[in-house]
Amino acid sequence: MKRSLFFLASLQMMAYPVLGETKVPGPTAVEAPGSESALIVFLVVVFLITMAGLALWLFGNSNHLEKLADRADENAESWISRHLQDFDEQQLDLLIKRRGTRQGQQGNQGKGATWKKPFLLFLFLSSGLTAFAQSGEASGNVWTNPGVLITVTLILIPILIAIYIVAVKVSHLVRKVRTSQIRKNAQKLARSIDELAGEELTQELTKRRQALRFRLSDTELSGVQAPEDKRGLLHHIAEVDSPRFIAPKKKAVKRPDIDPTLAKLILWYLGTATFWLVLGTSVGEYLGIKFVAPDADHVSWLSFGRLRPVHTNMVFWGWSSLAMIGLGYYVVSTVSNTVVASLKRGWYGLVLINASVLAGSLSLMAGINNGGGEYREYIWPIMLLFAIGLVITLVNYLQTIARRKTKEIYISNWYIVSAVMFTIVIALVGYLPFWQNGLGESIAQGYYMHQGVGMWFMLFNLGLIYYFLPQQLNTPIYSYSLGILAFWTQILFYTLIGTHHFIFSAIPWWLQTVAIIGSMGMLIPVFAGTTNFLMTFRGNFHKIGSSYTLPFYLVGIIFYFTGSFQGTAEAFRSANLYWHFTDFTTAHSHLTMYGIIAFMLWAAIYTLVPRLTGKEPKQAWVGAHFWMALLGLLFYTIPLMIGGTLKGMAWLEGKPFIDSVVLMAPYWLWRAIGGTLMWAAHLIFAYNLYYMIASKTQGDLQKAVFAELEKLPVNPINQ
Amino acid sequence: MDIYNNHKRLFGAAIFLFIGLTMFAAVFPALDSQNNNAPLPESKPLTSEEVAGKGIFIREGCIACHTQQVRNVDMDKMWGTRPSIAADYARNVRTDVWRNTANLMGSERTGPDLMNIGNRQPSEDWHLLHLYNPRSVVAQSIMPAYSWLFDVKEYAFPEDVVVNVPDEFRQGVTGKIIATKGALALVAYLKSFKQLKLPDGKPSPLFLYGKEVKPALAGTTSKLNTELDGAVLYAANCQSCHQENGEGLKGAFPALKGSPIVLDKDPKVQLTIIMKGYNGRASEGFGVMPAVGTNNNLKPEEVAAIMNHERTSWGNNGRKVTLTEIKELFNQVKSGPVAK
Repeated sequence: MKRSLFFLASLQMMAYPVLGETKVPGPTAVEAPGSESALIVFLVVVFLITMAGLALWLFGNSNHLEKLADRADENAESWISRHLQDFDEQQLDLLIKRRGTRQGQQGNQGKGATWKKPFLLFLFLSSGLTAFAQSGEASGNVWTNPGVLITVTLILIPILIAIYIVAVKVSHLVRKVRTSQIRKNAQKLARSIDELAGEELTQELTKRRQALRFRLSDTELSGVQAPEDKRGLLHHIAEVDSPRFIAPKKKAVKRPDIDPTLAKLILWYLGTATFWLVLGTSVGEYLGIKFVAPDADHVSWLSFGRLRPVHTNMVFWGWSSLAMIGLGYYVVSTVSNTVVASLKRGWYGLVLINASVLAGSLSLMAGINNGGGEYREYIWPIMLLFAIGLVITLVNYLQTIARRKTKEIYISNWYIVSAVMFTIVIALVGYLPFWQNGLGESIAQGYYMHQGVGMWFMLFNLGLIYYFLPQQLNTPIYSYSLGILAFWTQILFYTLIGTHHFIFSAIPWWLQTVAIIGSMGMLIPVFAGTTNFLMTFRGNFHKIGSSYTLPFYLVGIIFYFTGSFQGTAEAFRSANLYWHFTDFTTAHSHLTMYGIIAFMLWAAIYTLVPRLTGKEPKQAWVGAHFWMALLGLLFYTIPLMIGGTLKGMAWLEGKPFIDSVVLMAPYWLWRAIGGTLMWAAHLIFAYNLYYMIASKTQGDLQKAVFAELEKLPVNPINQ
Repeated sequence: MDIYNNHKRLFGAAIFLFIGLTMFAAVFPALDSQNNNAPLPESKPLTSEEVAGKGIFIREGCIACHTQQVRNVDMDKMWGTRPSIAADYARNVRTDVWRNTANLMGSERTGPDLMNIGNRQPSEDWHLLHLYNPRSVVAQSIMPAYSWLFDVKEYAFPEDVVVNVPDEFRQGVTGKIIATKGALALVAYLKSFKQLKLPDGKPSPLFLYGKEVKPALAGTTSKLNTELDGAVLYAANCQSCHQENGEGLKGAFPALKGSPIVLDKDPKVQLTIIMKGYNGRASEGFGVMPAVGTNNNLKPEEVAAIMNHERTSWGNNGRKVTLTEIKELFNQVKSGPVAK
């Protein structure tokens, strides 16, 4: 006891000078006249924090030691009863045995701790020395002089090292003290345990010993009879005899049969969409290569300026739009609990939209375009085909909903129908000529392109997710109210944000500000939507590992949050300074149109198509598609974001423009690499879709056997 | 709530809200901008050749990489003398029945801004070479080559515009490379992009987010802080023609390396050429040099830095000019005759 008290006291005394010395440099630094160097302040702050941390740690240690000292005296009986559950069988055996023989055993108290006194004294002295050294160097007041700064730093280095060594020593010491304390207590306890009397305790120990001997028979649940599946609950039991290289995922759940004519229509939508995806991203891939190899060809039809809109329009109106409308036919009719109003109209829409994309791509390559505004490069007669397709789709959806057998309109249908309605309005605003002269064109352009992505693709996809996600998780959507909030705030804020593509331009300042505020407001629907989806996921995250569709949903939802949030951040004037006009924009549009839209569409397609055809894709190929698309997207976007930021910084510094082109070269190379991964993923996706639709059912021995059996004539046994 | 069970009311409310906000955020501002901005007094309608050039500009999708807007932020000062205003775009109207008004503002700056390219780079020879293969004049450029805007002929007619393409970019073409009408029209259109002065009394918008000018630290020599980087200024103003190595391009842009004018002790001719342009060597096949210094509003300090860079780089060993002598000559040259 005395020794430990002495130790504590000396420890406390050592802590005081340590604490004291932290106070020395502080005021001096602050009072130093004309000290503007952030470096000094930084150094002082770091030093103070180090010292304060050290002091706290030392106090913590000393408190711990005090506690240890308090626990020195323990009642043997209470100790045993407290730890009875912790003893293992051997320990119990020993206790019981000793109680049987009851032989006293003399222990000798160690004298191990006597050496500590002089060491502590040394520590005490040296701590005083460090304090002295510190106050000595801190008394200077010419802080701005670089020479003094260097000197101070040089002095600080050995002091900090010394403090560190002291701290390590103290820590060792504390550990030693603690160990010896435990040993001492143990000896005491052992002796008093040995001397304990009472039959009751022996019984208790014996009882515990028996309890520990208990073993399960392994037949408690199954009984002793051989297992038998009397109710026919088990199918296709997969037994694992060898290591699995790919974790098996769950098979799609059998659903009620779908009208084969509707299935055919949807599959045609999805099939043509996939065709445009593969073709459109092949074009995109070639464009990405052109950044690295601008002289890859000198053919006018393949030049960058002409192919870029071919790529964007093809993946917009060809891939995403067709896939959405096709999936929409399933969702709109299913949640209305009725059949599609007119399948014929569905086919008209399919033909019109495909014709529009085909004619548009060819005309763009031939050099006929509407004037260069993004996503409205198709001239109006071609876009009119698309618009008619949309109107037909809208009428079809609305009539289907009007015939619904449910009372309420499920939230998916709000989003889907609104997306189609709004897009018709957007196309009219973008293509009607009455307000397109001068800067009117740019204002209409900002509105058109951003509503196009946010009100057509995003709104429609949210509608699909509100159906497919709860379906696939087998759980209701978390909150209908959040869905309502997200729906109305999306309309309220998103409609305003078009002009944020023209910040600092000649477009009226107030309109730019409105767009920035709208972008800020978009956080509400984005947070509401993300919360809703993730909370729907809640408790079901374990299902992701055993499903080949859920990872697509999760990635889509995560990018929905990050991509949309990034859009808000980009709209701020200060961020716009760096990022506007740079490749950051390209990264953002791929993060959203690919990370959100394409991933959500794939999620829905992998969910729906097996229901339509009864055939599932090969699981390993779905995995390959998922990982290549995701990694490709990251390889594509992250370098472009870094490069785009560096480019913006180079412009801000007023570097020659060509410097910013040169600095982008490695980032463009990474983009081409990521793009190649994405493109290869699409080839795999196309194969998977083909496999789900048209794969020949593999030779099934079981089916073949029964088929053969049916052919055989029923022979009498006694032939 | 009834609205969520009645499709007419639900979708009616949604489309009503959307159209209302569309009117507020897009249609009315667009109408207002279209109807209340007249072209600036100095602006002229495009000539028929320039209109043809605009057609090619739209056809080739130049807007994918080139913006036409000088934003009111300090970093855009390199693209023009003042921020663009709505009136600058007032002459841009619907192309024809089939095609909408051309989008000029753009949204990506993969290549330089073109708002003021007619002043920044008025040399037709440069533009033609650049269009035939951008890397022939700017080695690091990633712009596509527009070789389909050029013909190859065995012999050139007198009215033909021959482009002197350096050998390594001819790609096996042996005849004369002739600019087509389309190429000439496109260059004419590009040269028409000139920022105009605002009418007297109309204030120009300010450039925002300017860099703070740091006062020189006491105790340091002022020379370190005031001398501009001649290499950077040369890169921004001269390099596209005379090249980084100062050797120019054979048959198009003369070399500055070893040039007697650059090495001349008297800086007057060199300064005059920078400020007022030069056509003295056109007979040798070299292009006409525009008045780069005046067009780009270079200050005496900047011109001096460029001149010293030219005088001391690539093995040139000319006398360094001082700022005071250039300042003295500056006004004299500005009002004097063009160098011959």
